[in-house]
Amino acid sequence: MASVIEVCGLAKSFGNVQAVAGVDFDVREGELFGFLGPNGAGKTTTVRMLTGVLDPTEGTAAIEGHDIRTESLLSRAHLGVVPEQANVYLDLSVWRNLMLMAELHGVPHGQRVREGERLLEALDLAGRKGDKARTLSKGLRQRLVLCAALVTDPEILFLDEPTSGLDVVSARLIRQIVRDLNGNGLTVFLTTHNMDEAEEMCSRVAIINQGRIVAIDTPEQLRSAMQSSQYLEAVLAGGQIDAVELEQLPGTLRVSCEGERIHLYTERPGPLAMKVAQLAEAKGLQIIHLCTRKPSLEDVFLYFTSDQVQEPSQ
Amino acid sequence: MTAHTELAHTWWRQAHGAWIIVKKNALLYYLKPPVLIFGVLFPVFFFMAFKMGRPIPAQNIVPGMVAMALWFTASAVGPLVTPWERRSRTYERLISTPVSLRAILVGDVISGLIFGACLSVVPILLGLVLTDAYIVEMAKLAGGVVLGAMSFAALGVLLAAPPASSPSNIMLLSNLVRLPLLFVSGIFLPITQMPGWARWIAPISPLSYAGDMIRSGFGQQAYFSPWLSPLMLVAFTALLFWAACVFHRRWRTKGL
Repeated sequence: MASVIEVCGLAKSFGNVQAVAGVDFDVREGELFGFLGPNGAGKTTTVRMLTGVLDPTEGTAAIEGHDIRTESLLSRAHLGVVPEQANVYLDLSVWRNLMLMAELHGVPHGQRVREGERLLEALDLAGRKGDKARTLSKGLRQRLVLCAALVTDPEILFLDEPTSGLDVVSARLIRQIVRDLNGNGLTVFLTTHNMDEAEEMCSRVAIINQGRIVAIDTPEQLRSAMQSSQYLEAVLAGGQIDAVELEQLPGTLRVSCEGERIHLYTERPGPLAMKVAQLAEAKGLQIIHLCTRKPSLEDVFLYFTSDQVQEPSQ
Repeated sequence: MTAHTELAHTWWRQAHGAWIIVKKNALLYYLKPPVLIFGVLFPVFFFMAFKMGRPIPAQNIVPGMVAMALWFTASAVGPLVTPWERRSRTYERLISTPVSLRAILVGDVISGLIFGACLSVVPILLGLVLTDAYIVEMAKLAGGVVLGAMSFAALGVLLAAPPASSPSNIMLLSNLVRLPLLFVSGIFLPITQMPGWARWIAPISPLSYAGDMIRSGFGQQAYFSPWLSPLMLVAFTALLFWAACVFHRRWRTKGL
C-alpha cells in the first residue's frame, strides 16, 4: 500500500532545546496510525511540522508526494486538522465556522453545504447550527472542530489528542466517527497518550520519546516483542501456594501477587499453565481462574519510554 | 495542466483565499471594541480637540479631518487581527489551510482598506453638509482615500507582526507609531506652515501624501506634485506590505 506521509530525518529545535530529533516513519494509505508519547516527547511538534504550522529545522516530509517545505500549499490541501484545543471562531456561528474552513479549502458551494449539513447531523450538532461557537461546551466545540476538518474533504486527518478532557459521550462519538471514516478509506494520524484509545483504534503505532521514535509496529507485534512481559494469571481457592514454590516451576521468570491474583511472568505461558494446574491439583486447591495475558500497549509504552530504552525496536 | 494554467489556478485559489479572509475579518473584527475606539472615537476626539476655540473656517479643516479619520480607521483593523487570532489559537488553524501567508495578509490589508474607505465617507458627508466645503476634483479625493487607505492598512498589518501575548500590546505599539506621524503629516497644519525639521520628516509619512491628495480634491493647494502623491502611496503600500510579509513570516510561529 502506498505511503501518503513520508517523514525523513525531521527535526525541530527551539533554541537549545531539541523537540524532535530526526524522526523517520511513513504512514500508508487508509491506515489509522497512532503516534504515542509522554508529554513533551515531540508529538505535537511533529504534527505541527507536518501540517505546515512549524518549519522543520532539519529533514523533510512529504504529504501525498508533496514536500512540506517546497510545496507546502499543495501538501496542506490534503489535510484536515483537529488540534488538542478546539480553536474555533467563538464569535462565529457553528455553521459559519464550518463554511469558513470549507471556503478556505476551496470546497465548491453545493458540496460544502451538503457535507456541512450531513456532518452536523452525524456529530449531533444540527440543533446548534445557528448558535455562536462561544455557547458550546468543550465537547461540542471539539465535535465542531472535527466537522470543520472533515467538511474540507481531506485525504488525511490529523487528530492531536482529540478526546483529551472530553466527556464519555463526546469521546466515544468522536472515536466512532473516526473509526467509520477510516473504515471508508480515510487515512488518520492520531496522536494520543490514551493507551486504550490507541489500542482500540490504531492499526499501527509509533512511540516517540525525547524527540526520537523508539518503536514502530502494530500494537500486536509490539506486545509480542515483549515476550518477557507475558504472564499467566491465576486465582486459586481452598488454600495458598508459597511464592517460592511457584518461582521454582520451569519457565517462571518472576512471580507477583495483586490481591488474590497471582501473576507468573514467563516467555512460554502454555506449558507453565499446565504445571500450575498440576501443582494446584497436587495440593488440593481449586482453580477459580487461569489464563494467559500479553502485555498491554500501556506496558509496551512504559517499557519503551522508560529512560533505559533508547534504541528503536525496529 | 500546463505550467501557465497551473499558475493561474494557484493565483485564483490564493485570491479567493484572500477574499475569504476579508469576509471573515469583516464578520469578526469590524465591530470589536479596540477597532471602534482606536479607529472611530480617536479621530473624532482629536478633531474636536483641534477645532475647539480656534478661529479656523470649518471648511478648511474638512480635508484634514477626512485624512485623519482615514489614517486611524484603515490602520486599526490590521493590528488587531493577528494578535487576536494568536491568542484564540485560530491563527494556527488559518496557517494550516492551503492559503498562503501572503494571501492571508493581502486579505488583512483589503479588510483595513474597505473599513477605512467606507468609514471615510462619514466625515466627507459631514463636511459637505455641515460646512461650506465642496469637492473640486473627485478623482483626486477618491484616489487619496483609496490609495491612502491601502497604504495605512498595509502599515497596520506590518504593526501586527510582532508576537504579542495580548492584542492590547500591539494596539499600544500601533499608536506609538501612528500618533507621531499624525503630527508631522500636515493634518493639523499645512506642511508649508510647519517648522523646517517637520517639513523634512513629512515625506516619510504616507499620511502626508494621502492628506495632500484629499486636500487638492477639496480644491485646496497641494504641497507635493500631482503625480508624486499617488506614486508614493503605491510605493509605501508595496514597501510596507513587503516588510509585513517578511516579519510575519519570521515571527509566524512565535508564541503558538
